[in-house]
Amino acid sequence: MLIQVILILAVVVVTVMLTRSTANARHQAIRRLLLAGFVVAAVLAIIFPDALSVLANAVGVGRGTDLLLYALVIAFVSYIATSHRRSNQLSRKITLLTRELSLAEARLSAVDESVDRLEETTSAEARATEKP
Amino acid sequence: MGAMHPPQTRGHAPARAPETAAAVPAPIHDAWLVIPLYNEGSVIGDVVRDALPTFPHIVCVDDGSSDDSIEQARAAGAVVLRHAVNLGQGAALQTGIEYAREQPSATYLVTFDADGQHQVSDAVAMVELARSEDVAIVFGSRFLDERTKPGLIKRIVLRAAVWFTNATTGLKLSDAHNGLRVLRRDAALAVDMKQDRMAHASEIVDQLAKSGLPWREAPVHVLYTDYSRGKGQSVWNSVNILVDLIFK
Repeated sequence: MLIQVILILAVVVVTVMLTRSTANARHQAIRRLLLAGFVVAAVLAIIFPDALSVLANAVGVGRGTDLLLYALVIAFVSYIATSHRRSNQLSRKITLLTRELSLAEARLSAVDESVDRLEETTSAEARATEKP
Repeated sequence: MGAMHPPQTRGHAPARAPETAAAVPAPIHDAWLVIPLYNEGSVIGDVVRDALPTFPHIVCVDDGSSDDSIEQARAAGAVVLRHAVNLGQGAALQTGIEYAREQPSATYLVTFDADGQHQVSDAVAMVELARSEDVAIVFGSRFLDERTKPGLIKRIVLRAAVWFTNATTGLKLSDAHNGLRVLRRDAALAVDMKQDRMAHASEIVDQLAKSGLPWREAPVHVLYTDYSRGKGQSVWNSVNILVDLIFK
């Protein structure tokens, strides 16, 4: 069936896109294992549509499509959770970076000021010695 | 606000103008005023000039203002730090605390609002209290006397905030979200706020409580001007604060 070909292609494309991101080693390994499991499950579900329904019935869900929907909801919520955490980590980094920048700027301008003051006093002294 | 001041020249205007022999208390040289600053260009100049005779060390942390707050604060004579992007009041306060506690002259840090709600005389009394009672932390409270008059809804929201803060920190405060606090250097070193936005007010109390340092409350007068009412955090904000605290 044509739909089976299209869906399998879609699974392949998503797989390739997901494997291209980087993270720390253990996280990445776990994500790749989950992904492999997902690929196998997805391909099996496409080739044997009835198998999904059998599985659904086994866990007390009426149709395979419903089981798919529940799985989708869980996947979506966990995606929101991880992306929320990631964006929190990112804004924490931005905060620390901005703070370091402003503290460094303050330190620099303090040095500038003391240099200015030093130059002023030395030039004043020079003028004083020039015309006794 | 105080009397109008003559226009200052931009740039390095020394704002330490000769003070008349009015009832100005002796300057407190071992304290730093920490003022988070965001789009308060119309009032920050007066706030700094008002406080400078008493607190010669003032640091304003500009949180990416889009108006002339930086110029106004600098012209009035404060040290001004600058956040390149807007992060929130909590982040600005943390930057100011980190700057001030590194200063050799800072025995006490006073957190102060930029919008003119707080009284310099209250800050002086709080530093004196910290000194005489030898406590590390003095929290300002607007509910210890009858000077402050918040509206009914504001009163309810503030009471709820007090209840929440006391329940989570184990302190018994009468006012939670009051921006006027005195921190001795050891208390300031215990502060490491990660809440960038308004929820920092509960977080700082929490961290100070965990430090186990001695503390007091002192009555302060929070002046609700039309200006601060227009700008002040709305009641809606309390919902955001609660969510920020729960979903860290």
